[in-house]
Amino acid sequence: MKRHNTPARLAADIGGTFTDVVLEHGGRRHSAKVLTTPRAPEEGMLEGIARVLAEAALPPSEIGVLIHGTTLATNALIERKGARTALLTTEGFRDVLEMGYEKRYEHYDLQLELPAPLVPRELRIPVEERMTAKGEVRTALQDISIEKAIKTLKEKNIQSVAVGFLHSYANDAHERRAGELIARALPGVPVTLSSAVCPEIREYERFSTACANAYVQPLMASYLERLAAELARRGLRCPVYLMTSGGGLTTLETAGRFPVRLVESGPAGGAILSAGLARENRLDEVLSFDMGGTTAKICFIGQGRPEQSRKFEVARVWRNLKGSGLPVRVPVTEMVEIGAGGGSIARIDAMRRIQVGPSSAGADPGPACYGRGGSEPTVTDADVVLGRVDPVAFAGGTLQLDFQKAKSTILARVGSPLGLDARWAAAGIGEIVEENMASAARVHAIERGKVPERCAMIAFGGAAPLHAARLAQRLGMRRVLVPVDASVGSAVGFLRAPVAFEVVRSLTLLENDFAFSRVNKMLGKMQDEARAIVAAGALGAKLQVRRSVEVRYLGQGHEISIALPARPLRAGDAKLLRGQYEARYEAQFGLRIADVPVEFLTWSVSVSTGTRSFANAKMKTKSAKARPNGRQTVFDPDTGKAKPYPAYRRGELGPGTRVAGPALVVEAQTTTLVPRGWRCRVTGAGHLFLEKA
Amino acid sequence: MKQELIRQILWNRLIAVVEEQANVLLKTAFGPITREAGDLSAGVYDTRGRMLAQAVTGTPGHVNTMATAVAHFLDRFPAKSLKPGDVLVTNDPWMGTGHLFDFVTVTPAFLKKRLIGFFASTCHVIDVGGRGFVAEATSVYEEGLYIPHMKMLEGGKDGAGKLNKTFFAILAANVREPMQVRGDLLGLVSCNEVATRRLAAMLEEFGLRDLDALGEHIVSTSRASMLAAIRKLPHGTWPASMTLDGYEAPIELKAALTVSKAGIHVDYAGSSPASRFGINSPKCYTDAYTSFGVKCIVAPEVPNNAGSLDVVTVAAPEDSIVHPLRPRAVTARHVIGQMLPELVFDCFDEPLGGKVPAEGAGSMWVLGLSGGPHIERAPAGATRFNVISIGIGGMGARPAKDGLSTTAFPSGVGAIPVEITEAQSPLLFRRRELAEGSGGAGRQRGGLGAVIEIENTEPAPFSIACATFDRRHKVGRVTLASGKVLPGKETYVVPAGDRLIAEMPGGGGYGKKT
Repeated sequence: MKRHNTPARLAADIGGTFTDVVLEHGGRRHSAKVLTTPRAPEEGMLEGIARVLAEAALPPSEIGVLIHGTTLATNALIERKGARTALLTTEGFRDVLEMGYEKRYEHYDLQLELPAPLVPRELRIPVEERMTAKGEVRTALQDISIEKAIKTLKEKNIQSVAVGFLHSYANDAHERRAGELIARALPGVPVTLSSAVCPEIREYERFSTACANAYVQPLMASYLERLAAELARRGLRCPVYLMTSGGGLTTLETAGRFPVRLVESGPAGGAILSAGLARENRLDEVLSFDMGGTTAKICFIGQGRPEQSRKFEVARVWRNLKGSGLPVRVPVTEMVEIGAGGGSIARIDAMRRIQVGPSSAGADPGPACYGRGGSEPTVTDADVVLGRVDPVAFAGGTLQLDFQKAKSTILARVGSPLGLDARWAAAGIGEIVEENMASAARVHAIERGKVPERCAMIAFGGAAPLHAARLAQRLGMRRVLVPVDASVGSAVGFLRAPVAFEVVRSLTLLENDFAFSRVNKMLGKMQDEARAIVAAGALGAKLQVRRSVEVRYLGQGHEISIALPARPLRAGDAKLLRGQYEARYEAQFGLRIADVPVEFLTWSVSVSTGTRSFANAKMKTKSAKARPNGRQTVFDPDTGKAKPYPAYRRGELGPGTRVAGPALVVEAQTTTLVPRGWRCRVTGAGHLFLEKA
Repeated sequence: MKQELIRQILWNRLIAVVEEQANVLLKTAFGPITREAGDLSAGVYDTRGRMLAQAVTGTPGHVNTMATAVAHFLDRFPAKSLKPGDVLVTNDPWMGTGHLFDFVTVTPAFLKKRLIGFFASTCHVIDVGGRGFVAEATSVYEEGLYIPHMKMLEGGKDGAGKLNKTFFAILAANVREPMQVRGDLLGLVSCNEVATRRLAAMLEEFGLRDLDALGEHIVSTSRASMLAAIRKLPHGTWPASMTLDGYEAPIELKAALTVSKAGIHVDYAGSSPASRFGINSPKCYTDAYTSFGVKCIVAPEVPNNAGSLDVVTVAAPEDSIVHPLRPRAVTARHVIGQMLPELVFDCFDEPLGGKVPAEGAGSMWVLGLSGGPHIERAPAGATRFNVISIGIGGMGARPAKDGLSTTAFPSGVGAIPVEITEAQSPLLFRRRELAEGSGGAGRQRGGLGAVIEIENTEPAPFSIACATFDRRHKVGRVTLASGKVLPGKETYVVPAGDRLIAEMPGGGGYGKKT
């Protein structure tokens, strides 16, 4: 084996069903998909690592860095397997967590459920103290009341503590004092301050975020410790970084402090992949489409950068409905995630309409065609019946799919009740799941002020390449890129992620009272804080700084994030920022409100290393027409006819090769459908680029 | 592609459009009651003015009233007379959504100069002048600015709408918070506009000229599904009644619910006459919450539109508390209207024993709080403010589940965060927490109500407007920390240094406790 100068890089993405491991070494990429081992997630991951190392014939000592993303925090929240957590809160507000938004997220359903609070009432301990909205002390915090609370914490054997006081976003002095006293009295018990994890107005969301962080902290800390020890034992002594939901990497230490920032790390990796591909392929506006076994994620990438947000909902408890989960305010890659994946189950509702998802057959029992006892029709079953998936070649031939079972299940559950044959019923399932994704994308587009028609799509995840072009068509899009290693896209994305950290602070200023020197001072401090965290993992790499502020018309409740210039702010900047805000506002909402002042609220500073470019070696392109390896009969709902489609093996298509639709491009973990009226060419880097003719 | 599948896709798409519409309103609204509590609604209509889809974001009192509001606009502004850029408005309580605080806007949607349908939206503004958010007025004339159906924006040659300056000038001169109110109205304009763009794009994509064929499909399918659900119920007539403390005299609400193969009919014969004060529920609001209650029980999964609403009919004696005639006062119409679903549930209890939840807290307590030098005995320097806090009780227990605590029902509105209210006024909440023991006992426990305690951080009094806050079973009350029990009606001044305590009722329990 030839030795390379650049150290090998390893990424591991632990998802709900599969753990994906990707190794990059000397311009080559090796990947492995293994089943997730929920009880000890590191086991599956270590097995995957062993596999790729064996395939690449590399000793563990050659690994220069390991980047890791996991759904462990998310799962702990969903399954309620976190720590015994207490909340110290302002007297009179111990039930904020339980009262929530005090509204129903669905009008007519009398059986609604609301998420149980992570901290039960007896562990929500009121403390006498009070700040005003202006951040002035109304009732001073007495150490004695914290000491009393500490007694309770000890008695109740608390494993983790959150502190959430009213208006702590405006003045965190009381929270900090409480934190100090608890840390002193209970060494080893982690403390989360709401003002540290989410310094923003609206008590329910801030306390919820703080409690979620505290709740997963001990679990994550012990997992990360175990993992580090196990890696070292196996000779992997490289630095380990964690992927955050905001798309930046962070050190083990910071991940241990703010584990709630690790929710949704897999999808964030996918967004990074898309952003990198967007830059390299000069695609200014991109819709990133990630479809796996359970969910589909849609995210917009503008100018090579994923959209960011700070609001997210985890652990939905009722029919996966928006509003039925716990709100968490942390930096997240802005995306919409819906229950639409290969395993999503189709059924007929009372209106005799086909509904698909959000419930999923998962890996166990899996779709009916897996033949493992699944008795409900899924999207994968529909793809099999439509002929889009070759039952023999599925998963590289490791899992033989049962075509008859897929067909009979679809017929029984969807076809017969509607008077459709199995193919039309399967077509209906495909149409509905695609329409669900399209409609989620449209709603998301308007929320973000995007126009899908102007975007190119980048599609990855096991199920995406089958549906990408058809989804694009629905959204009026004409270009789709299916990257190399599409089925392990998120893990590939991890390898491109920058080391990054974002700090936010609330400081409300009016346009005509723009205290720029105060802001400059604050931004400087925030930058130092973020820089210190990033520098620890940057290994001397050059750091980039991005600063932004959330702006709204005075009196509104929704803000638009506007980038700040890369220099100290000065007096005239209020006007400049207003101009940028109004242009964005008008594009999104159709008008400007000229005589209302704007308000600047939350300031953020994000420090990061640069993103890495892709290791896909540019290969010489040779324009050539591909030769099919076989044919598969595929049913096309647009024509209502079944036709033999040529099927190509992706590995045999060299750069520059062209394939005319309709066709299928088959690889070990997925299949790309090139519909009628589309053509496909292989780029110099080996990606499939589909275009509507 | 099969016509059937295309129609389903279009229907889904239409629901997504109105959901977007509601979200735009949440983002562009100024008043906390809209943007934080979600007191709003959004819907799409065919060219005949039939509601085809509504957003889940919002509240039934708005949605189901808006279902008929569009037709009233079209009676005055025939569809043919409308131009691109026009936006219509009214806050007529009888032809809108029940009180002057709700402005309803209607935007005709055009594709290539052809009318393709309408979007309507509504939200609750913080002030309309008059006496403010109180039930004390004895006629609608005292309740504030009354805007008859008119154009708020007038379409020009280029298709862009121009603001009706006269309208906005009158508005600004008549309300206490002109900036917020105008901002909310512009939010309504924005949300209809964004929805119009989406609808036009959708029709173009599918090569449709208008929504009419799709509308017919939606309406007829929904009506048929609703009827199918009704056919599964036992047929007959069942009565229910409820006594509320009322304003000047106790109020009797009586309902008789009839299930037949033609649909469901609810008759409020025997209910009390209209009150002298502003707690009367205009017929449109009565209809809205009656059909809402019916739908929750009969067919929660059938989408809400003109078709599903069609099969529920409501009769009420003229000038009764549930059908007051103009110029009756109606500001706090929710205190009666929001009790009606509970009454409907009660009617269903006998035929559907074991499937109907226990009685809940019913209507919300809207605490209208204001302060400033104009308040009795206030110092000259007192900060002027006008905010709303929403008190929410518990829901009734379900046959197999406990009732939800502090969750608004039947309203779809939520609470306003304390930190938001405190940032807008010198008020300080001493507590806002669950009222222990307020959930009714039973095999399943009723949801808990909230207890709220408020003081002014300034050495100044503030006022609290109560509608009727202790209505049934003597649960829930409003008191001062100094001991005085407020009767839950009229406007009171909380003296400087004293505190207001509101204890919301919990929901009833279900079944015998074992």
